[in-house]
Formats: sequence, structure tokens, C-alpha cells
Amino acid sequence: MIEDRYDVVVIGAGPAGSVAARFAAEKGASVLILERDREPGIPVRCAEGVSHDGIAPFIKIDKRWIATKIKTAGLHAPNGKKAVMYNNGDGYVLERRIFDTELCNIACQKGATLLTKADAVGLVWENSKIVGVKYRHLNQKKVVRCSLVIGADGVESQVGQWAGIDTSVKLRDIDTCVQYTLTNIEIEDTERCEFYFGTKIAPGGYIWIFPKSNNTANVGIGIAGNLAKEKGPKEYLDDFLNEYYPKASINYMVYGGVPTSDTLNEIVKDNLMLVGDAARQVNPITGGGIVQGMIAGSIAGKVAAEAFQKKDFSKKFLNKYSKEWNKKLGYKQKTMYRMKDKFMGMDDNRFNNLVEICQKIPKDKFNLRILFQEVIKGDPKMMLEIAKAFVISNVKK
Amino acid sequence: MTINKELCDVCSTCVAVCPVAAITISEFEAVIDNEKCIECGKCITVCPIKAIKEGIHD
Repeated sequence: MIEDRYDVVVIGAGPAGSVAARFAAEKGASVLILERDREPGIPVRCAEGVSHDGIAPFIKIDKRWIATKIKTAGLHAPNGKKAVMYNNGDGYVLERRIFDTELCNIACQKGATLLTKADAVGLVWENSKIVGVKYRHLNQKKVVRCSLVIGADGVESQVGQWAGIDTSVKLRDIDTCVQYTLTNIEIEDTERCEFYFGTKIAPGGYIWIFPKSNNTANVGIGIAGNLAKEKGPKEYLDDFLNEYYPKASINYMVYGGVPTSDTLNEIVKDNLMLVGDAARQVNPITGGGIVQGMIAGSIAGKVAAEAFQKKDFSKKFLNKYSKEWNKKLGYKQKTMYRMKDKFMGMDDNRFNNLVEICQKIPKDKFNLRILFQEVIKGDPKMMLEIAKAFVISNVKK
Repeated sequence: MTINKELCDVCSTCVAVCPVAAITISEFEAVIDNEKCIECGKCITVCPIKAIKEGIHD
């Protein structure tokens, strides 16, 4: 039974929205989650890779939504050379269909209500104040009133636009992506994710192979938006497939954009917060956004619960979310964003150098500090560039 | 600008780069409001399957 009024309405039942809903509901706020699709997690629009440490605080690890456990990463240079390194802790390739549903179930067990096939189409304003959400459900126009709207509506976020926030990202700050789930391929090591770099392979981005079993993998590409004018990501990926997996069967195909920008300048308004891809809370170097969204969602949900207890949904109060986000990951994202710029400017020789440097590090000894030490020895100019990025972003803080 | 509806997968990458919020997703379709559109062409560049072009699709 859907009520006419909730304390909080969350738009989007992805990881960011579901975690926000959970933390708000846990403290007694009434929460409605509106999901456009027929269930959370579908269609999957993701490479599905996460780190164990990133998700463990939010959900009990369950093999039902784990396709493979990942231990290493293979970096492939444009010249064909390869370096294998251990990740910082284990990772997983998920089954997002099940994972997202489980996260949403947890929110509902804490008291939130999910409504699927509910497509938010606008905000309800009264005296210049947001007081609810308009949505379509099973071909009917509906309105739900609320004190707070949490926009978790992904890369295409409209909630921010409706509230007057400029959500647009620069071409160079979005990766245009295509991913195939391939089967009938041979996976040499199901515990390893592969990454291919090079201006001819994936300009301003990379090709990834994330294994889902010993004969199935998510194989995708992201290229920088500003470098996609002549040739799009699908053409690059098809070229790669022809070379590496000519016999593969493409069993799933998905297109999409991944923001690789800084967090939006404005992620709160009176009676409104944005979380996850909608707020551009994504690691600008890797394009990973699941863990970032969950962390942002947890902060937003807790602040929403406090706002509910204090009956204060003003921008001033909700700004607490923005501040805590910056402390937890926002400043880090700023640094990563500046480093991304340096990586994007790297030519193929630089990538060849970098992989060669990585090859010299024993794979079980690999960490960022050792990498930097080796880079100082092997390519001091690159180190200088990276150092500059650090200094600039820390001064700007 | 027009979107080739048969090619478009409603991935909405175009929505994120539109500087004037002229593209909206309505009932599982991406729609360009040509009144708002300033014809900057960012959506054409960023579309993963090049489903957007200037003028009208054949």
C-alpha cells in the first residue's frame, strides 16, 4: 500500500539510493523508493567489479551475487607487454541483478517501501519549496508528498536539473562506453581482471575484461567523450573483439556513460540531496562508482534521518552531507580527477614505460608507494606530472 | 538534432553532457527539445552508438 506522504522519497533503487533509503528508514523516517524499471538491478549497466573492503561495511558477503573472486590485475601496454599485480585486497565481479535487489531488500527490511515501474517525472513545488515528486506508475500520473527528495537517478539524473542544479559534465569528463558479456571465450585466469591501454585501443580510457566464469566475461570499453568524435567506442571494441575473441558469442550488450569528473559543486538544496552517479560521485580514474555511491548514500541517509528528527530540511542543515562526503571521499576524488588529466595526456610510450616499470615490481609487493618509487627511478618526468597534480589539488582544498 | 529511435538504447549518456538540459528521458525514450537545443553537438560526439545526428534521420 503506497501512502500519499512520506518523510523521504528516494528516486532510483541502485546501490546509492538503496543504501540512503536504508539509513534513513533505520532511524524511523518513512521512506518510499521509486524505481523506473520493473526491479532493481536491471538492466545491468556496469562492469560489475568492486573491492571486498568497499562493499563489506554495507552487506554480508554472499556467494549468490558473486560471479568471481578477483586477486590480480593484468595491465596491457600498447606495445603488447603485460604486467600482473595483486590488487589491494580481494575484489569481486558481481551479479548486479541479485546484488542490487539484495541491497534494496535490506532497505525495505529496515522499513522503506519500494515501488517499481514508477518513473519520476518532476518535482512538486509550493511557495518555491520542494514538497513532493510527480511520477508515472502503470500508465497513471501520481503525486507523492514528502519533506525530502533524494535523487539517486544515475548518470542521466534529471532530479538535479529539476531542482535547478547544473548537472552537465564536460565532454572530456565523461567516458562513453560499450560493454558486451561474451561467452564461448577462454579465460586464462578467472581471478584476474585485464586492462588494455593505448591511444589506438581506447583513447583517454581503457578496455576491460572482467571474468564471470571460466568461459564468460564482461568485456567493455570506455573512451573519453572528447576523443570519440571520429570513431565511437563500439567500433573500437569491435576491432578488439575481432583480434582477440573472433569466435565469441555476444550474449548481452549495453551502452552507457560514466562520469569521470569531480563531484558536482552543488549536491544539496532545500529539501533535496543528490547521491551516486547523479552527484558525479565516481572514481575519475577507474570509473568505479558502486562503492562511492554506497558511501555517499550512507552519509546522505544518516543526515536525512537527523533532518527528520530535527524537522529541519533546509539546505543549511543538509549541507552536513556535502561536508562529510568531502571529508570521506570528495577531496580524494578531486585529487584523482587531477591525476586523471595527467593519465589522459599520456602517449603510448608513457604507457609502455609505466607497464615496464610495473613489471619490475614483484606482484605480491605491489602497492602505490612502491609504484611511485619505481616511477621516480624509471620515468622521473611522469612522477613530476603526478606530483604536480597532487600539489595543485591539495592547495586548492 | 534528432535521435534514431531504432538505434537508441536510452543509455542517456547524452543527457549528462547536454549543457542546456534539452534532452529528457520520457517513458523510456530519449527526447530532444529542439526549442532549447543550442546545436553544440556534444550529444552526437558522446553517443556510444552514434544514434544522434543533425537534422532529421532518414
